[in-house]
Amino acid sequence: MSQVYSSLRKPLIGGHKSLGDVTDDVARPLERRATGLWWMAFLTALTVLGIGVIAVSYQIYTGIGTWGLNRTVGWGFDITNFVFWVGIGHAGTLISAILFVFRQRWRTSINRSAEAMTLFAVMCAGLFPLIHMGRPWLFFWIAPYPNFRGPLWVNFRSPLLWDFFAISTYFIISAVFWYIGLMPDMATLRDRTQSRFKKVIYGWMSFGWNGSTRTWVRYETTYMLLAAFATPLVLSVHSIVSMDFATAVIPGWHTTIFPPYFVAGAVFSGFAMVLTLMLIARKVLNYEEYITVDHIEKMCKVILATGGIVALAYSMEAFMAWYSVNHYERFVFLNRALGPYAWAYRIMVLCNVVLPQLLWFKRVRRNLIAVFIMSIVINIGMWFERFVIVVTSLHRDFLPSSWAMYSPTIIELATLAGSFGLFFTCFLLFARLLPFIAIGEVKAVLNYARPHPPSSDEKRVPTPPAGKGELALEG
Amino acid sequence: MAKPLFLGIFENEEDVVRATRATRERGYEIYDVYAPYAVHGLDEAMGLRPSRLTWVCLVLAGGGFLIATLAQFWIGAIDWPLNVGGRPFNSLPAYLPVMFETTVLIGGVGVTLAMLIRARLYPGKPARLVHEEVTNNRFVLAMVQEDSSFDQIGLKTLWESCNAVEIRELAEGIR
Repeated sequence: MSQVYSSLRKPLIGGHKSLGDVTDDVARPLERRATGLWWMAFLTALTVLGIGVIAVSYQIYTGIGTWGLNRTVGWGFDITNFVFWVGIGHAGTLISAILFVFRQRWRTSINRSAEAMTLFAVMCAGLFPLIHMGRPWLFFWIAPYPNFRGPLWVNFRSPLLWDFFAISTYFIISAVFWYIGLMPDMATLRDRTQSRFKKVIYGWMSFGWNGSTRTWVRYETTYMLLAAFATPLVLSVHSIVSMDFATAVIPGWHTTIFPPYFVAGAVFSGFAMVLTLMLIARKVLNYEEYITVDHIEKMCKVILATGGIVALAYSMEAFMAWYSVNHYERFVFLNRALGPYAWAYRIMVLCNVVLPQLLWFKRVRRNLIAVFIMSIVINIGMWFERFVIVVTSLHRDFLPSSWAMYSPTIIELATLAGSFGLFFTCFLLFARLLPFIAIGEVKAVLNYARPHPPSSDEKRVPTPPAGKGELALEG
Repeated sequence: MAKPLFLGIFENEEDVVRATRATRERGYEIYDVYAPYAVHGLDEAMGLRPSRLTWVCLVLAGGGFLIATLAQFWIGAIDWPLNVGGRPFNSLPAYLPVMFETTVLIGGVGVTLAMLIRARLYPGKPARLVHEEVTNNRFVLAMVQEDSSFDQIGLKTLWESCNAVEIRELAEGIR
């Protein structure tokens, strides 16, 4: 049903699109040949992925002694990268599920690609614990199943096992949610394409979708239920990741604020990654009328809010180091901020706390170049946050004779690069092969804040004078 | 042999919702309405009941919760009791994360499968469309032409007053 029209609200989608225009615009990049720019980006990503594959093959063949870890610092780059990538994934689910539950209808232009980003980020994240196992071909031993080793069961009291359950559930539910959303769009592409080969593929993927309202009602119910499940799920995933640390008795890890601190940090870094990708995609794929500057601004506001929580968490760590009167806690904090890894701590505070404050200014939020630079700065900052948490808590433990420093080897650096290669290879393939914007969902918000839906090209209705007020957030 | 269908084709959601409501107020049973996106209010105009999939989901999620709870107790306390720091074998708080994740996994995947089964959607199912643009920019109101008492002319007038762009018959039906 059409929404109540208010001149204070601005349409979510620019350019007076008709329903057919949306189909055309989203399908166009899939129907033309890949551009030179795409090939260049794809081949670069593939090359970097190749370097990662070589590094990982070498370390699996030789053993994880190829890493820079030592007896004091038992977790380094691998766990840092794991937490970093899982965090990136969180923004996608926040956009697709939490904003859906809260009826934020602007999510429709970005949810498809943000969810794809989630899937690829979780894939990258999952690789690191897998490699860290040392014998990755026995990874299935972590699943509880009746076996001939006793049966030897897994330990359900271990946070590392919770992690396995959380990450695999998260991946499966995200994939199902994403595919369900994709189904009607595959039907749109199927009925549009001229190529017989594509028709077969799209037809197979669309499950015989024919637009029946009886099906739409069941579909919407299921979509709502999946969103309702994904909302607490996404909060649980990074909470459980944080418990890998928080349940240990290591000063610097053993804190109760870790779950909310990690979740806020995850959304913070994830939205930064979404912005990095969207700012490029809207330009390259000509989606400026779908992913508008208003969308960018709203995402900046989410970054500002979650960044505030992250800054609060940093200051709580400092406060508790003093207030707890715990010598070890105090030492770890001082060592973090002033010790040999102080440079990493400073990068973290600069990138995550100081620079994002610029987003308080509307002019910065609406300046796409500034936002793009900011998104990269935040990603660097959040990577260093995980590095600081993992490494500085370990490298000077209770016994000064075992103090050590950690620095990554070339193999670890290549593995990190390889994970970026994997992420961008997958994302570029997605942008090439599947509709980047949820066609069906964008059509449903086309007449948002418009007096009449633009029905067809002939009957186009002029838009009302744009309201001066801020965009109303609710649908 | 599928029943022959009588189709009204519309260009926007307001018209099709209006036509659907008016048709139903005349006492007709709506066969289905086909739309390129989920039109809110159309289910109510057609007189559809809310989907019962929520109940399916509740049962499945509850089942997942029970399985995870019982399995962890049986494994941790009966089949393979493992002394970790002298903690009780039935350590419920430590079992919560897996209980939650299993609930979500079985509830979410289960309700999706239930939806696909109920809506008879499966990979490779041939698409049976009432109109070639129904997944692009047309809304189609479909009625079954039961017998000779079916008032084609009355419906045609009604639908045209709701800005129907085309009215056609589909003798072979869609199923």
